[in-house]
Amino acid sequence: MTRQQSHKLAKMLITVISALVVVPIVFVILFVFYHGVSALSWEFLTAPPTNGMTEGGIGPALLGTVILTFLTAIVAMPFGVAAAIYLAEYAGDNRLTRWVRLAIVNLAGIPSVVYGLFGLGVFVLFFGFGTSIIAGGLTLGIMTLPVVISTSEEAILSVPQHFRTVSLSLGATQWQTIRHQVLPHALPGILTGVILGLGRAAGETAPILFTVAAFYLPELPKSIFDQTMALPYHLYVIATQVPGMPLEIQYGTALVLLLIVLSLTLVATPVRTSMRRRREW
Amino acid sequence: MTTANQAGPQHQARRRWGEWLIENTVRLAGVSTILIVALIFLFLLKEGIPTFLDIPLRQLFSGRWYPIESLYGILPLLVGSLLVTIGAVIIAVPLGLTVAIYLGEFAPSWLREFLKPLIEILAGIPSIVLGFLGWVVLAPLIQNLGASTGLTAFTGSLILAYMALPTIISISEDALYAVPKEYRDGALAIGATEWQTIWRVVLPAARSGLVIAVMLGVGRAIGETMAVLMVTGNAANIPKLGAGMFFQPVRTMTATIAAEMGEVAQGSLHYSTLFGIGIILFLITFAINSVASRVVGVQGSRRRGGQL
Repeated sequence: MTRQQSHKLAKMLITVISALVVVPIVFVILFVFYHGVSALSWEFLTAPPTNGMTEGGIGPALLGTVILTFLTAIVAMPFGVAAAIYLAEYAGDNRLTRWVRLAIVNLAGIPSVVYGLFGLGVFVLFFGFGTSIIAGGLTLGIMTLPVVISTSEEAILSVPQHFRTVSLSLGATQWQTIRHQVLPHALPGILTGVILGLGRAAGETAPILFTVAAFYLPELPKSIFDQTMALPYHLYVIATQVPGMPLEIQYGTALVLLLIVLSLTLVATPVRTSMRRRREW
Repeated sequence: MTTANQAGPQHQARRRWGEWLIENTVRLAGVSTILIVALIFLFLLKEGIPTFLDIPLRQLFSGRWYPIESLYGILPLLVGSLLVTIGAVIIAVPLGLTVAIYLGEFAPSWLREFLKPLIEILAGIPSIVLGFLGWVVLAPLIQNLGASTGLTAFTGSLILAYMALPTIISISEDALYAVPKEYRDGALAIGATEWQTIWRVVLPAARSGLVIAVMLGVGRAIGETMAVLMVTGNAANIPKLGAGMFFQPVRTMTATIAAEMGEVAQGSLHYSTLFGIGIILFLITFAINSVASRVVGVQGSRRRGGQL
């Protein structure tokens, strides 16, 4: 085999293998859609499960996931953006900053089930919130922090340096500069990061297992100190714990979860990609 | 004139105080991340330390996990996690590297622009959805291939490999991209084909980055919970050594925590042991991420949303 032939062969193999990896992603999504779409209806989305969960809808679980995601945003966004502003605008190149960065990398790497243990130990037991929306929301919020911090920092850093220089030279203080020159330009990127983080949080099961998720609870929660059903856990329950569960409802539930998460990711991804490219203004 | 002079210093003082307040608020938020990592570890220790004090080490690392009879040998769980993770890495690393090479070297730019977001979408698919598909589609398929059950370490490895791919692809791609252009130009100039350049020059030069990609793939796989819980069969046995061991049901550390925490009495030894397993998981991922971030450096973590 000549060198040219081996080049051609390698290129062909690499292309084929890449296709084998990438095509199933589309296939997975279409597959869930194909099997689940017939279950979707207004009633499915709003009604509680009935008859030992083998009939009815996913209303309480869907609402629970929306509430939890909302709470996650309330926890992760201010905290994460503040930390990102610190890293991008104030932090010097010193040991403390390196420690903060190491902490963020590690927060991103801690397994989700360990976050669940942490939430159980701190929010459910130590603070005495019990198994509740607030405990689950705080756990998910902390888990989402590293994504929010890193993407927000990226967004803030992508604002050109001369915006700051000009503002400061006109006599603005550092915070005025950040507030009026940097943050407005970084805002789309920051929101993207938050949305991306929320997409992850909405689909997570392990952190809510012991902190908030109820096996079956047809009533809607009345306060943030109540338990709630949540969509990812509900999917786990009906797939593995309920005998005789109609497949259509299982696929329907998976599809709704997938649609929530994908729509959040789809909103976020293009903005993020274009932001990276735009680093040079 | 006088009023302006009087207002000036006051205004300035208030401004300086505001600046001070904001700087320290955001600093506090930043430094809190260190505090959170410490808190997570402390609370795991607080609940989990009886594991290491009350269970003799010999029993803890023995082969029987049978909490009903107070047998807390975590060896089967360690082996389970190890098997599933090794399987996932064996599958995901060559595939991920191949896709990274394709994206970096061969893909036309329009396709690249389409594929990269697609891979980010894969990263976003919830593990429970992939676990569900593994449960209803993949496991029966594997059983039809002749295994006694479809719920095996291998089934878990397949799903985990798929979940680890986005991490491995993006980090490998960065590693390849970081190889100086002069290296390629030099190789091509002396008459090497594109493939020879990649194989003999670019890949060796990107070696350390590729090692990191593998490490973080391991970190991602070992911490995965729901998908593994659904498809690995959850039998706390140590499979016999041999090629067949991937095709037996196993139970991982993460799955054990997820499956059993709901039914234990708080404060019991069983409860503590689940936290003890959490400590082990924390330490493993902490080590992996700390070493990796040292090598990749700050730049890398910044670019990838903290996910490295």
